[in-house]
Amino acid sequence: MGINKDLTTTLSGVKLDNPVIPASGTFGFGYEFTDFYDINILGSISFKGTTKEPRYGNPLPRIADCKSGLINAIGLQNPGVDKVISEELPKLRSCFKKPLIANISGFAIDEYVHCCKLMDKEEQVEIIEVNISCPNVHNGGMTFGTNPEAAAEVTRAVKAVTTKPVYVKLTPNVTNIVEIAKAVEAAGADGIVLINTLLGMRINLKNKKPVIANKMGGFSGPAIFPVALRMVYQVYEAVKIPIIGVGGIESAEDVIEMMLAGASAIEVGAANLKNPYACKEIIDNLPAAMEKYEIDSLKDIIGAAH
Amino acid sequence: MNKRAKFKIIENVNIAKDVFKIVLEGDTKDIKNAGQFINIELESLYLRRPISICDYDDKTVTIIYKVVGKGTEIMANLKNGVELDVLTGLGNGFDLDCDGDRPLVIGGGVGTPPMYRLCKDLIAKGKKPIVILGFGSKDDLFFEEEFKKLGVDVYVSTNDGSVGTKGFVTDVMKDLNDYTYFYACGPMVMLKAICGATDKSGQVSLEERMGCGFGACMGCTIKTKDGYRRVCKEGPVFRKESLIWE
Repeated sequence: MGINKDLTTTLSGVKLDNPVIPASGTFGFGYEFTDFYDINILGSISFKGTTKEPRYGNPLPRIADCKSGLINAIGLQNPGVDKVISEELPKLRSCFKKPLIANISGFAIDEYVHCCKLMDKEEQVEIIEVNISCPNVHNGGMTFGTNPEAAAEVTRAVKAVTTKPVYVKLTPNVTNIVEIAKAVEAAGADGIVLINTLLGMRINLKNKKPVIANKMGGFSGPAIFPVALRMVYQVYEAVKIPIIGVGGIESAEDVIEMMLAGASAIEVGAANLKNPYACKEIIDNLPAAMEKYEIDSLKDIIGAAH
Repeated sequence: MNKRAKFKIIENVNIAKDVFKIVLEGDTKDIKNAGQFINIELESLYLRRPISICDYDDKTVTIIYKVVGKGTEIMANLKNGVELDVLTGLGNGFDLDCDGDRPLVIGGGVGTPPMYRLCKDLIAKGKKPIVILGFGSKDDLFFEEEFKKLGVDVYVSTNDGSVGTKGFVTDVMKDLNDYTYFYACGPMVMLKAICGATDKSGQVSLEERMGCGFGACMGCTIKTKDGYRRVCKEGPVFRKESLIWE
């Protein structure tokens, strides 16, 4: 390449070599991807959403293909926080030496608190990502993310048990994203992650039934990029804390556009499932794309569209 | 090492009702075992389409698929010379170490293709496989001759009796008693019936709707006696003893 560009960015004091972070739920616990490339090129990893108890998730089928994206209804399958810490994180640590983002979920506030307390002790975890936006679980996840008071309450409870930066991942399935973002900021959130998947569904024409066993699921992929970009743009104007932009990003140009809207870093989700090399290709292509658009440092363009 | 590679179509032919065979030319070094699959990117579809490997050599992969939806419809219309973006060598594949030297190899419908390479590999290990192929009807039948050319005993069953034994593969199994182990791939109902019809040990290859095909999304996880297992990563081949039939 030979182009000297500054890809670094910072999230609440956590320095990242570049803004590219695989999104939780699309990258397992990272080590699966060492079959494809050295994952140490990544800025960070937001690993698989972790809950207090082990979870199988929803019945199969829980994946549906769509035009420009996919629907998933996994339902937070994970081995539970104890096993994530004792079995998965050591495996991830052995192949990844950068800061980690721990994505935590729950069905009651005390479950978020429980996971957060344990993740707080993990040295490599430098940011806690609080998922109050999963559309695939009942009585939890998204219910916290669609109500400003509930979102604030989770945020406060988690903040009380960790000194690490707390980033709250919000759902786009709300009337007023700005209201929710302001509520979590006021409750002490150090940052916001925008957006989780959009609630969607598909119907099988042959058997005339929903494709997904759980009927509905979270829609992600390039089709949702404009929605994510719009929400990042709106929220950037309303809050002072950093934003991680996520939703349909699949190229270096998308990263630049998302950062112009106001994101300090970005997460790549669905693209990892279609192309396991997606994050690597984005990172490889960033310097040339920056050169093309006359950008020397990515930090300089955060929110520049405003 | 799972790798992505470009593969060129050198053959795409109709071999039975709605069933096609594609021969792809490309780098096959990441394919290690019979029973593994490849995941193919198709224009205008977001997710790749996973298809089991029927056979392979140093520079070609053969796959057989039935047109059942949009993805396979697109595949059926692909012309020779078209280049495809493919992830190869996915999944665990069959373990050739089995009890005795007379393994029963059972394929049902489009579950038949991976059993072809398996048969070849078993023969190369000095085993003497017995093959049962199950289809709906005569029009659905394929690869009977190819299996026979391997020099193995081949039995066929069809639901309507238009070829071979009328009924299911398990109806053929009833009359066979000298097999020592079994391998099977086909519809879930068939696999369940097979596992219930024999006290021999065996391995079955499962099919599930997948997201990524390489273990990242947890889209295809099943519950087994050994815990949750991803069909794409720890499977698609599972030991009979670890499966839970619901």
